[in-house]
Amino acid sequence: MNHLEEYRRAVSEPSDYARQLKKASGKKIIGYTCSYTPEEVIMAAGAHPLRLFGTKQNISLADSHLQSYCCSVVRGILEEGLSGRVDYLDGMVFPHTCDSMQRLSDIWRMNIPLGFHLDITLPVKLDTASAKDYMIDVLKKSRDDLGRKLNIEITDEALQKAIATTNAIRQSIRAIYDIRNLYPQLMPGEDLYTIVRSSMIIDRDRLAVILAETAADLKERAVGAKPAAVKRILLAGSMCNQPDVYAMIQESGGEIVWDDFCTGARYFAGLTDAGNDPLSGIGERLMDRVVCPAKHADLDGRAKHIIQLAKEKNARGVIFLMFKFCDPHAFDYPYLKERLDKAGIPLMVVEIDDSLPAGGQLKTRFEAFLEMLRKEI
Amino acid sequence: MTEHMQNNEKKTVNYEKQMRDIMTTYYINAKTARQNNKKVAWITSGGPVEPLIAMDIIPVYPENHGAMIGASKMGVDLCNKAEQMGYSSDLCSYARGDISCATVNGGPIGGLPEPDMLVCCNNICGTVLKWYEVQARYFKVPLFIFDTPIVHTEFSSEMRTYVQRQMDEYILFLEGVCGRKMDQDRMKEVGKLSYEGQQLWQEVLDTAVNRPSPLTAFDAFFYLALIVTLRGTQQAVDYYRGLRDEMRRRASEGKGAIPRERYRLLWDNLPIWYRLKWLSQEFAKHDACLVADTYTSAWCGSLKYVKENDFIGSAAESYTRIYLNIGVDQMAGIVLSMIDKYGADGIVMHSNRSCKPYSFGQYDIQKIVERERGIPSLIIEADMCDERSFSEAQTQTRIDAFMEMIRANKEAF
Repeated sequence: MNHLEEYRRAVSEPSDYARQLKKASGKKIIGYTCSYTPEEVIMAAGAHPLRLFGTKQNISLADSHLQSYCCSVVRGILEEGLSGRVDYLDGMVFPHTCDSMQRLSDIWRMNIPLGFHLDITLPVKLDTASAKDYMIDVLKKSRDDLGRKLNIEITDEALQKAIATTNAIRQSIRAIYDIRNLYPQLMPGEDLYTIVRSSMIIDRDRLAVILAETAADLKERAVGAKPAAVKRILLAGSMCNQPDVYAMIQESGGEIVWDDFCTGARYFAGLTDAGNDPLSGIGERLMDRVVCPAKHADLDGRAKHIIQLAKEKNARGVIFLMFKFCDPHAFDYPYLKERLDKAGIPLMVVEIDDSLPAGGQLKTRFEAFLEMLRKEI
Repeated sequence: MTEHMQNNEKKTVNYEKQMRDIMTTYYINAKTARQNNKKVAWITSGGPVEPLIAMDIIPVYPENHGAMIGASKMGVDLCNKAEQMGYSSDLCSYARGDISCATVNGGPIGGLPEPDMLVCCNNICGTVLKWYEVQARYFKVPLFIFDTPIVHTEFSSEMRTYVQRQMDEYILFLEGVCGRKMDQDRMKEVGKLSYEGQQLWQEVLDTAVNRPSPLTAFDAFFYLALIVTLRGTQQAVDYYRGLRDEMRRRASEGKGAIPRERYRLLWDNLPIWYRLKWLSQEFAKHDACLVADTYTSAWCGSLKYVKENDFIGSAAESYTRIYLNIGVDQMAGIVLSMIDKYGADGIVMHSNRSCKPYSFGQYDIQKIVERERGIPSLIIEADMCDERSFSEAQTQTRIDAFMEMIRANKEAF
């Protein structure tokens, strides 16, 4: 079973999915905004973590709270909250991410009376012993806070079970990425996008089961497959709300084989040690995981990571999707470009907002970039 | 300096000149640090400078430099250069100006002296983290990140422990770079001077409660330099004591900062550095005095958390709970209390493209102010250094309309 229809339904109508899940399972639905959210803690409380990505609707209500120079992800999430479209939420969790998310948390708390509101003020710095202790302290506090809000004691056993589930999910997505990396012809890039995105929407117990089946199905189909002669592309950036990009790159003669998104490879990077102290395990993974540019692990970890990924996945070029007004990524771009240039890896940057550039403009740019890659071979 | 002050020479000529002299000497010392065997640290405006002073390290402020770039109208040129380097035009104009200036030694003072170390405290924004990472890669010098978690609603014991531990790490970092120990007695003394300086700065700003006010926010933007750069020194204490006495004297003599003060306004966000004079004239034309602002008062706003005799021990709280590193509703609360304290008839908010944590939430603060105090508000869309985001004609029209409302509102009562 490949379960693609199920993934697609969840991604195209996450609110319908969440409402149905709530009705059928009685689970509380907890919204979150960032891949540093300790989903395991929410799951251990018997609740369902649901990531908000922005909105597919026009942004209008958020305009009276956020200026036009705020990114469309933050404005879109606020729009969803203000419009009442996510009124099934029993609570929202805001881990500290960037300046804009930080203010989104305040504005949400002050204007949207939907269930509870919880800030998880994670460290920004990830490379010292005191930051690690603080990370674990904050996770413990978040466990206590969530337990209080949901009126449940979150036990180590429940945390260990949640960790086992998320680990299984991450392993399955990774397996799918790995197989598809070898034989991209087996699955369109858009399906990969759908699978990883749905993993932040679908009930995690169910997901662990169906993802394993999807991975097994893909593995079966990979038997006897031959590596495809495609121009292998690595996508970098924070996230992509436009699946069309995958198809466009494919139609332009390229194939996305891996990514560096927080709604992609960064989401399933690293497994959690359930051990004796599950919260320490969760904290350690968050400290060691591939870093988001809003946090600090070192001075050039992201450049090294992207170059290593490009080499490891044998990518011919990198396409950097940059959200307009995303400061952390925009600050990193010049040095990433410099390092990639030095490493001889072609890089193309595309600025995206809540919609793609009109007409065939973007496709033409992809075609030109991929054309250039052909000449270099 | 602002036009209204130049009209009345006797008023400020001494303190203005004294400030310029102090800042000139300060920059000469910073630029000749190497010759004098002194180390230079670049530090963020909200960062703990006191340990640097105690270690005899010269602190240099890229943000103050950014303000100078903006005030000397060199922002657009330097921002352009940064954009050619690949930095998006949507990024902070202080950062863009400083990053490009470092590579060309341009700007109003021919560039800042090169740093021996970088100290980045993120209590003002996440931008400084990225900015200092850029400079750490460029100058290849050690970077210390002083991470102050945002206090959305609660300053938790976990935060206190984390930030306090970093204060110890910070001192060890400085000792490592300098190769010598910190003198604890000296640190205590610097802590006291910092406390005293902040108190005096608050007292300078407090003189604006008088009617007419002896100083405007535009003056405060100018006088601010020392509490940012030389906090923790005797020099700052002496200067602000003198300035406070001078402002008190003027207040007692009924000397106002503008010729006719009829309306009193509060300013929010950073100054629009390249239009200070123009803005001060525009408001003065309407007999409006900007009596206070949320920006310059941020350098004494967490005074209540500082322990005069245990500066280092109280630094976790005082450096974490500053204006900007708190929730929007707490910021609104401070704005309301300033409206009451200074008797403001309206609020002028600079929606600053360069500063997201300061600007996002302004619309909510605006609604709270209108609801709780019933006074008009004006939002000016601009940028602190990048003139390309400013429209003089549009701003003037909006100021005129706003002042009409202020007049009507006052007459109604």
